Amino acid sequence: MKKGTSLGARLLAAPHLVWSAIFVVVPLLVVAFYAFTDSSGAFTFNNIKEINNYAGTFALSIWLGLIATAICLVLAYPLAYFISQSKFNVQQTMITLVMLPMWMNFLLRTYSWMTILENNGLINTFLTWIGLQPLHMINTRGAVVLGMVYDFIPYMILPIYSVMVKLDHSLVEACQDLGGNRIDVFRRVLLPNSVPGVVSGITMVFVPSVSTFYISQKLGGTSTALIGDVIESKFMTSNNYHGGAALSLVLMVLILICMAVMNRFSGEDDLENGRLTV
Amino acid sequence: MKKIFAFLSAFMLFAFMPASVLAASAAETSVDPESLRGTTLYVYNWGEYISDGSEGSLDVNKEFENRYGIKVEYTNYASNEDMYAKLLGGGANYDVIIPSDYMIERLIKEDLLEKLDFSNIPNYSYIPEEYKDLFFDPANEYSIPYTFGMVGLIYNTAMVDEEIDSWDVMWDEKYSGQILNFNNPRDAFGIAQYYLDIDINTENVEDWQRAAEKLKEQKPLIQSYVMDEIFNKMENGEAAIAPYYAGDFLTMADNNEDLAFVYPKEGTNVFVDSMCIPKGAQNKAAAELYINFMLETDIATANANFICYGCPHTGVQASDDYDLKGEEVLYPASVDFKTEYFHNLSPETLSLMTNLWDELKIDGANNTAVYIALVAVVVVVIVIAVVSIIRKKRRENDN
Repeated sequence: MKKGTSLGARLLAAPHLVWSAIFVVVPLLVVAFYAFTDSSGAFTFNNIKEINNYAGTFALSIWLGLIATAICLVLAYPLAYFISQSKFNVQQTMITLVMLPMWMNFLLRTYSWMTILENNGLINTFLTWIGLQPLHMINTRGAVVLGMVYDFIPYMILPIYSVMVKLDHSLVEACQDLGGNRIDVFRRVLLPNSVPGVVSGITMVFVPSVSTFYISQKLGGTSTALIGDVIESKFMTSNNYHGGAALSLVLMVLILICMAVMNRFSGEDDLENGRLTV
Repeated sequence: MKKIFAFLSAFMLFAFMPASVLAASAAETSVDPESLRGTTLYVYNWGEYISDGSEGSLDVNKEFENRYGIKVEYTNYASNEDMYAKLLGGGANYDVIIPSDYMIERLIKEDLLEKLDFSNIPNYSYIPEEYKDLFFDPANEYSIPYTFGMVGLIYNTAMVDEEIDSWDVMWDEKYSGQILNFNNPRDAFGIAQYYLDIDINTENVEDWQRAAEKLKEQKPLIQSYVMDEIFNKMENGEAAIAPYYAGDFLTMADNNEDLAFVYPKEGTNVFVDSMCIPKGAQNKAAAELYINFMLETDIATANANFICYGCPHTGVQASDDYDLKGEEVLYPASVDFKTEYFHNLSPETLSLMTNLWDELKIDGANNTAVYIALVAVVVVVIVIAVVSIIRKKRRENDN
């Protein structure tokens, strides 16, 4: 930032700063406070220690979150490229279609997946009708991952698309002029330039997937209790705010670590410099 | 500008006149409903627990709004525990809540309920004697019964071809994946406790652990822990067996005639849900007006017909419009099994129960395959990182 930001600019930024302070920083401090106190308000590490019991749940949440993120990436990347290469009108329509499901609350959309996946649901009714064996889909981990992918994939498509649509096509031509084939174009131009979009897409899919509780409750049955479910139950059923806050804090730290690892990939190494090494 | 305002207010006065005349004749409480016109009343109730105008029924809240000009903000909860968490969280204000017996006992103990002014609720006289002064509110100062009922087993006769009379069917491997259970600890533990013949209000740690073990044993057979989702799942034949509240069975049976109902021989939980006013209610007078309104015979009949729970109201029981009079499921002629109310538990036992419940929910999460997979991912990430660093170094050297 330039030295001596004008007063006007600072005034314009002020509401956002105040907002962030009140609704982001203060709540985080409250979470931290609860995590390190017991019900009498005394300082304690017990809440954090008890998290040992939930190691398996943490691992499962992160694992399913990773799978969902990977699937989203694989599905979204070609689609985003395809959209970005289309004509302007087509692009607008496609992006509207991607965002269309977001006009409806995701709780409702998840709920309707129950009706689709159930043993007597839409898919199985159809399968039986054409004479095939019905599949068992609901109440499995697969169903939970499906729910995550379905709910969060727009958050992967949109940032990748917005990076790709800004890509200067002359870079692609330069690569081809220098004798690059299709694979070179992808590896040396497209991929390095889309990394910022991919990274923010991964963040926006991974974080809500890891912390979700609704999807696992509705689609996972008893097979999949995620860390979000445990946190929800700590607050809603046990009224144990201290335990819930400790779990939330640890979850946040884990997510931050994952994000930091990923940002290293996008920030420093050759991917960012890729543009210069065509 | 002033003229427009005057005209508008005159118009408003005119528009509401017939309603206010009607209101004055209908209510005989000491509260003047007119003074409450234009205020808002926050009602927090169970899901599917009021006649809401669907399928040609009476829209009770709308009726109240039309009559008194008080806006009803109506929201739902799925369990007593959810309601308690919301109430304790303090973020929202409610004027009327309808919790169950043991929760009312807890709320009274924790000083979270307002005493009712019974002079504002003359329709209390409709409550039969046996539903007054119940254990959770011995002097009957805080609550007025709304419904009662028992928990029983609902099963789909198309999927279960034996006669069921016991909770043990919920542990029968034959029905693996087709059994539902409550998604709230009190009701779920209650079933295990009846099955093991343990007192449902026990304060004994070992008893609770035994019940938890029993639930863990059952978990692999359970399709899902549910509350209101049960309606869809049982009506569509998605699950074969589920414990739930008797009144809701009647609603489900309307939509799927294969469903049958039984009270298990080991005994079951009986409950009363009562209308209360929580501490901090902003509109207590309107809340009492609302409670009195809910006890009017025709309103109570509409509710009783709609929600199908047992109705502790002499006016309804005498009314010709009541469709469920003498319904065997709601009003069994003889009860030859143990029935008990849930009582409020000590804080220690409550916390033990919820911890055991959390443990049950995550049971089976310790999966070595998941750990191995995660370690593999970490290894791959490290390898990629190392390779890219090496390549970068090499390139720098080249330059």
